[in-house]
Amino acid sequence: MPRALSAGGAVAAFMFALILGTLGIVAVHAGGLSALGPWDLRAIWFTIWQAALSATLSALLAVPVARALARRRFAGRGLLITLLGAPFILPVIVAVMGLVSVFGRSGVVNEVLAWAGFPPVSIYGWQGVIIAHVFFNLPLSVRMILHGWQAIPSERFRLATSLGFEPGDIGRHLERPMLREVLPGAWLAVFLVCLTSFAVALALGGGPRATTVELAIYQAFRFDFDMGKAATLALVQVGLCVAALLLASRVSRPAEFGAGLDRDDVIPAPGGWRCHADGAAIVLAAGFLLVPMLSVIAQGAPGIASLPGAVWVATLRSFVMALISAVLAISLSLALAQSVARGQRWTEFAGMLPLVASPLVLGTGLFLLLRNVTSPTQLALPVTVAINAIMALPFALRILIPAARALQRDYGRLADSLGLRGLARLRILTLPRLARPLGFAGGLSAALAMGDLGVITLFADSRNPTLPLKLYQLMNSYRMDDAAACAVLLMTVSFALFWLFDRGGRIRAAL
Amino acid sequence: MLRFDRAEATLGSFRLSADFEIAAGARIAVIGPSGSGKSTLLGMVAGFVPLSAGRVLWAGKDLSQIPPGDRPVSTLFQDQNLFPHLSVAQNVGLGLRPDLRLSPEQQARVADALRQVGLEGMADRRPAQLSGGQQSRVALARVALRARPILLLDEAFAALGPALKTDMLQLLERIAGETGTTVLMVTHDPDDARAFAPETVVVVDGIAQPPAMTGPLLDDPPPALRAYLG
Amino acid sequence: MRNALFALLTTASPALAAGPELTIYAPEYFASEWGPGPKIEQGFEAVCECDLVFVTGDVLPRILLEGQGTEADAVIGLSMDQTLRARESGLFAPHNQDTSGLTMPIAWTDQTFLPFNWSETAFVYDETRLASPPQSFQALLDAPDDLKIVIQDPRSSVSGLALLLWVKAVFGDDSKQAWEKLRPKVLTVTQDWSEAYGMFTDGEADMVLSFTTSPAYHIGAEDDKTKHAAIFPEGHYLLAELAAQLKDTDQPELAQKFMDYILSPEFQGMIAEANWSYPSKLPDDQLPAYFADLPRPEKTLSFPEQEAEAIRKPALDEWLSVFAG
Repeated sequence: MPRALSAGGAVAAFMFALILGTLGIVAVHAGGLSALGPWDLRAIWFTIWQAALSATLSALLAVPVARALARRRFAGRGLLITLLGAPFILPVIVAVMGLVSVFGRSGVVNEVLAWAGFPPVSIYGWQGVIIAHVFFNLPLSVRMILHGWQAIPSERFRLATSLGFEPGDIGRHLERPMLREVLPGAWLAVFLVCLTSFAVALALGGGPRATTVELAIYQAFRFDFDMGKAATLALVQVGLCVAALLLASRVSRPAEFGAGLDRDDVIPAPGGWRCHADGAAIVLAAGFLLVPMLSVIAQGAPGIASLPGAVWVATLRSFVMALISAVLAISLSLALAQSVARGQRWTEFAGMLPLVASPLVLGTGLFLLLRNVTSPTQLALPVTVAINAIMALPFALRILIPAARALQRDYGRLADSLGLRGLARLRILTLPRLARPLGFAGGLSAALAMGDLGVITLFADSRNPTLPLKLYQLMNSYRMDDAAACAVLLMTVSFALFWLFDRGGRIRAAL
Repeated sequence: MLRFDRAEATLGSFRLSADFEIAAGARIAVIGPSGSGKSTLLGMVAGFVPLSAGRVLWAGKDLSQIPPGDRPVSTLFQDQNLFPHLSVAQNVGLGLRPDLRLSPEQQARVADALRQVGLEGMADRRPAQLSGGQQSRVALARVALRARPILLLDEAFAALGPALKTDMLQLLERIAGETGTTVLMVTHDPDDARAFAPETVVVVDGIAQPPAMTGPLLDDPPPALRAYLG
Repeated sequence: MRNALFALLTTASPALAAGPELTIYAPEYFASEWGPGPKIEQGFEAVCECDLVFVTGDVLPRILLEGQGTEADAVIGLSMDQTLRARESGLFAPHNQDTSGLTMPIAWTDQTFLPFNWSETAFVYDETRLASPPQSFQALLDAPDDLKIVIQDPRSSVSGLALLLWVKAVFGDDSKQAWEKLRPKVLTVTQDWSEAYGMFTDGEADMVLSFTTSPAYHIGAEDDKTKHAAIFPEGHYLLAELAAQLKDTDQPELAQKFMDYILSPEFQGMIAEANWSYPSKLPDDQLPAYFADLPRPEKTLSFPEQEAEAIRKPALDEWLSVFAG
């Protein structure tokens, strides 16, 4: 028991040192923190505002979709639930291409509007940021809320049916209490993701009105060479997230992801207009989430075969790097989840830290730290792998914590009493029992790692480029068609990685 | 000899104290109202409940700093005594080597232990494929292989029917008798205590009382126990 | 297994050239197979008996972070707005080239930073989508607001900052009014050039802030003659990319040799079709014909280093007040 505790504790301590330490190094290098200007304060305000709005919209829209998916049964339902999760692991650059092709000035939506005689809508500006954030995070919210629905014991529904409850009564007595418990956690998860969103605001923000804190950090670093300001802004970002976490922990416990848990008995499904409403919710959500992806595929797929060889080499390299990142991410998060399951709550906070870390400040701090040790170029690949693993940690952790808690509750004492510990416990108990959530977490981590461009260009290794970097290079040399094909390739490999891990976990769990 | 030396455990506002000795090889029933601290008393011995004061000693040695798996103790819980993803043989084998790297000789011992509890030919099954009684036998086979001098049973057979429970108690008596195991058995059923345990510890009002002869105690229970027994 | 894995991750390393290593920091796009880097590397290694290594990333931020401990022997791909801060760092040494023979629209006298290519800011359009483009900057401002353009953020992009200075150079004290007239036409402001250009080629916008040489790519690589840069009589703002050598290099001779190589006909001859911009020292008759035939502005605008730096901050605030206000 003490050994396992120290593994999680060590990871947690390492996370604190890494995230806050690098911030400190940057501040020290800059000779202290610098004051913020009026534009920075506006960026902070916009960041909070858009994250709150995105989180609220995602949560509200997710409720009807999750309810429809929870109580209706139709062919392809399982596949649809899986596909609806896809935007969350879509590389940002690919997602933005898809959204523009659907909601852009010459996109499908505006063509239909023009045909029907309505004025066009613009995706550029704050509304673009919100649309993109809802696109990315609606899947997350749906998944968490769907899990809440499925976690209502079926006995309660049976009781409700036997008491002759109308849909409204079920809503009042069963669904609303569940939502009150689940929604704050779902809201918080999306809020935190949107708080540090960077690329989305850059691409669709439409201008300086939509400047986020992360963008302001980027500007301070790259354009003003003001490291002190970058550090101050990074600190503000950490402060915002800590405040949000504290607030939410007072409201509710964090919601659980649920690795696609399913049940055999059906939740009562009312007929009439509710059936049509559920159908509409599912069709609209599927359209909103899937059409942009289909559009990207339609645009780029024809060009894949003619992509230059270097792109394929980069694909293979990125694939292997994502695999290593994922294994690293689930190892670290497993250690953390186990110590959280044993009651060490502070380690959970350490695991959430990467969500609030500025990748740019993190990378700069690491660069200042490591450049005296060895050449940053030689460290490019290992650092990229490690950073991607750390950035995926909060998501992997959220998936693993409930499973680790259940494992500890059900079998912790038995394992302790048998002296099952260390590697033997890992091999005989933990890995087999947690195979399914580990696979899900690994798939998510791998897909996120695959799509990450890495703002950490300080560690770039031009001789060994990754696939996202190739995509960026193609765009920068006017080769937009190749870039579109490259985007499809990137998306395909990301999904394949996710599928590989998730499937592996399920098969292992079923053994 | 198992000795509670002014041992105390505090869980929130609840406190349990025990100060007595149990002879090696004794078979003790632990009875008392729900929530009186019977499981806590066992947890102090097993190592799941840290002591807030005093000591628990076995053969003169303080157990406090020893992790649960290294204590001279085997425990049978009310449920979850088996890992559902491991085979019957693996679940039993954990009693010999927690890392399951068993030598051929150890594998033979596992097979032998399964035969002893009447589960020949079931080595490769999963727990879910066994009946409740069979699952208890698997757990008992593991207890036999571990051969720790103290055995704690926390309502281990509560879910079994009367006939099966009698079978299990007989099996338990045989296994414990072969090795001179000291047994502490939490039970709700006075008949279990009479049938299996010559002595009984009553846990009531935050105090585990020293063991008394089971027969006279149940024939003429003190007031607090009388209210519980009804 | 570990070796195999490592080999897989790093197979793309070209066969190592013999001799000492010359480390040159360059921007990300530069060293890709679609940029000029590989050709330059090949050409220089053939004459230097050394191993030229491009290290890519944010060139100047990295040099400033590293200070005198930098690994770089030389840098390539700095932009004109970075020279002042680079000069103040005291890390760079003179390039020792005669700049009187450069084929640039302005006289170049900087002894430290050596231009190797140049172009000018321009709004690029597709004639099939925009039949009658604005004939002047003023006409662009006066155009109806349904003419949509995409520009880049001056806080994150070199071309975006150049636009800021371009507007200052053309409209001077009336810049704020100019921005106010331009704003309703701006569809979106992107982080960098490539996103904006991608939106333009996808048909999202009628015009995009790019370069006078952008049409050359479409003609030369795609045989597409429909993309043009709108040439304004008010003039266009100069953009040059620069190279320099480090004072504390441990390969001073090689670094100097590289400075010499930059202005050589071999290097200069590669630039047009590798970088899609004008070489800094190549007569028109040695350019590809379609390149030499690109329409040229009558006036090329440029602020001296100090003046540009002084303008930058207030111009940015002015731009922010219009676009974020």
